[in-house]
Amino acid sequence: MSDQVTGGSDVAPADVVPLVQLVTPTGERVHEPDNRYAARVAHLTGDDLRAMYRDMVLTRRFDDEATALQRQGELGLYAQSAGQEAAQVGPAHALAAQDMVFPSYREHGILHVRGVDPVDRLKLYRGVDHGGWDPAEHNVHLYTLVIGSHVLHATGYAMGIQRDGAVGTGDPDRDTAVVACFGDGATSQGDVNEALVFAAVNDAPVVFWCQNNQWAISEPTTRQSSVPLYRRGEGFGVPSLRVDGNDALACYAVMAEALERAHAGHGPTFVEAYTYRMGAHTTSDDPTRYRERAEEEYWRQRDPIDRLAALLRAEGHWDADWAAGVDAEADALGETLRAGVRALDAPPTTSMFENVYATEHAQVGTERRWFTDYEAETAGTGQHDTEETAR
Amino acid sequence: MSTQTMPLAKAITAGLRAALDADDSVMLMGEDIGRLGGVFRVTDGLQKDFGEHRVVDTPLAESGIVGTAIGLAMRGYRPVCEIQFDGFVFPAYDQITTQLSKMHYRSGGRVQVPVVIRIPYGGGIGAVEHHSESPEALFAHTAGLRVVSPATPQDAYDMIRAAVVSPDPVIFLEPKGRYWTKGEVDLDSPVPALSDGGTSDPLGTARVVRPGTDVTLVAYGPTVATVLSAAEALAAEGTSAEVVDLRSVSPLDVPTVADSVRRTGRCVVVHEAPTFLGSGAELAARLSEVCFYSLESPVLRVGGYHAPYPVAKLEHEYLPSVDRVLDAVDRALAH
Repeated sequence: MSDQVTGGSDVAPADVVPLVQLVTPTGERVHEPDNRYAARVAHLTGDDLRAMYRDMVLTRRFDDEATALQRQGELGLYAQSAGQEAAQVGPAHALAAQDMVFPSYREHGILHVRGVDPVDRLKLYRGVDHGGWDPAEHNVHLYTLVIGSHVLHATGYAMGIQRDGAVGTGDPDRDTAVVACFGDGATSQGDVNEALVFAAVNDAPVVFWCQNNQWAISEPTTRQSSVPLYRRGEGFGVPSLRVDGNDALACYAVMAEALERAHAGHGPTFVEAYTYRMGAHTTSDDPTRYRERAEEEYWRQRDPIDRLAALLRAEGHWDADWAAGVDAEADALGETLRAGVRALDAPPTTSMFENVYATEHAQVGTERRWFTDYEAETAGTGQHDTEETAR
Repeated sequence: MSTQTMPLAKAITAGLRAALDADDSVMLMGEDIGRLGGVFRVTDGLQKDFGEHRVVDTPLAESGIVGTAIGLAMRGYRPVCEIQFDGFVFPAYDQITTQLSKMHYRSGGRVQVPVVIRIPYGGGIGAVEHHSESPEALFAHTAGLRVVSPATPQDAYDMIRAAVVSPDPVIFLEPKGRYWTKGEVDLDSPVPALSDGGTSDPLGTARVVRPGTDVTLVAYGPTVATVLSAAEALAAEGTSAEVVDLRSVSPLDVPTVADSVRRTGRCVVVHEAPTFLGSGAELAARLSEVCFYSLESPVLRVGGYHAPYPVAKLEHEYLPSVDRVLDAVDRALAH
């Protein structure tokens, strides 16, 4: 059942675009003639599938809580991931611990699976940090807001892995790959195209994980490409395919295959995960100005969390007590987020001068001393206020 | 044995060779830098000696060169990128200013990106459009970057090695018009210590290269030779000019220049880049702040005009010449 494809803004009709799908929107396994991808999920147990479901539910709750916190004025901005949980949690479950992820700014599901602290994930959006976590701790680089820039970093990092001899050894704890996450809009950026060139000519171990969520703020995918996005990769000589981005198992299987290729030293893969941004671009956006309610409803019927729940039920893995436990965990996550985010204070004022350089820099030093003196002289005097009023 | 006479370009080659020898994580990336040895031959022979994985011919994509260098640096490498000509750095300007310069800051100091970007810059070689520009102010205006330019073969040898070991990204501007000017280089000189607070740090300190008493001439990169010639001419007329080689545009060594100006009372800043909002403008502002009462005349600037770099047949009217420096000194002395 590949009717999904007709619901988006993609130019290609559903029946001519091959799509890897292992579970239908109503939760039935898809029969795959060659068993190419089904074989890659055959080992997943009921517990494995429930773990994926749990991660998707927690990611959705994270999204809802963060959105609410923004509405309450606790966050300056938030970019929602709702609808893309399968395209994030699924592939994240396929990663090896040593694999490195370069997210854009909406990969909350991947960060959740990698173990990045949920409060840390919101520091950027609260305006208390430009980053928020240590990339080395969970092998997840910081969010990057300039569209596509990090895809080159991911490719360079992968070239470093090659130089370290950390591909093709056959040691599952040593062979390392990189995942570069970006969206449909980013495929138009020069940096993404240059990254494909560098990765292709170097056989770099990088997976280009493009989540086509149909909308680049208000621009449909038809404004980015005249062909289905996955075919972009083919033009660079990179094996490319489209996967049902709302099918967590299919995303897992496709990522597992791409990682296997990268780990073995056989180079990059381009994956277009065909999904949908159920929410706004960010909390500052208003999708009612540019897209139809019917389209949103179409995709709501194909919610990736509902699909995995349907599969769990169909295969006898659903358990009411367990499901209630997941909901309780989500409630607890909400409490942790609300308390944790509200407790994030502005950093010390002089921190703006810290880490501009790793070494001393005369200009920073001079200005920092001036600022410190200025703050000391005006502290408690109300001088700032007086001057403002005088103007 | 250890001191040899060589052109500035070959001093950079020697510095890169020493850096590659000293640290396996150092690698060179750029267009045509491998078998060809670079269009200026600065990397001549290095791929043959260090291999294709350490001296890498890249696709023709400047943003890709710098962007992948950032990723390599995150993985623990020390990439030295060659941008073929000054005017070709702009496709990489986004990566340099939004990513490279800010990575250490936005990661709270957790991620260092020790990338060096070598750019042959400046004019005077009769080149076609986009091959003679001086973009230093564009980079110096961005916090997080060090911006330096050597004027002598010895400084070129020392500064490129210092740039490679710097944990901060360095924009390394090579005065291509002086590539073939020869000088003595002590190949056994130690790699300069960074930011030791002393005068040995060529990435952050200026240097008085000719003492004088009547006027301070400030220059860096290609214009150091110009102002030294002007100083000679002035000496013949009985005017004693002190010459300061800034070496670094970011940071600016204001104290060294101010010390000089406090003694001479007059200052002329000379660079090839347009004077409008350039490093000379910043220096003039800073001098007026820190040694206003020592100034006998306004700080004057000699540099490029607010016009695109002109055609080669006109470049010598655009570039700061000895005559224009002397004219500025006359105006300063007339006060």
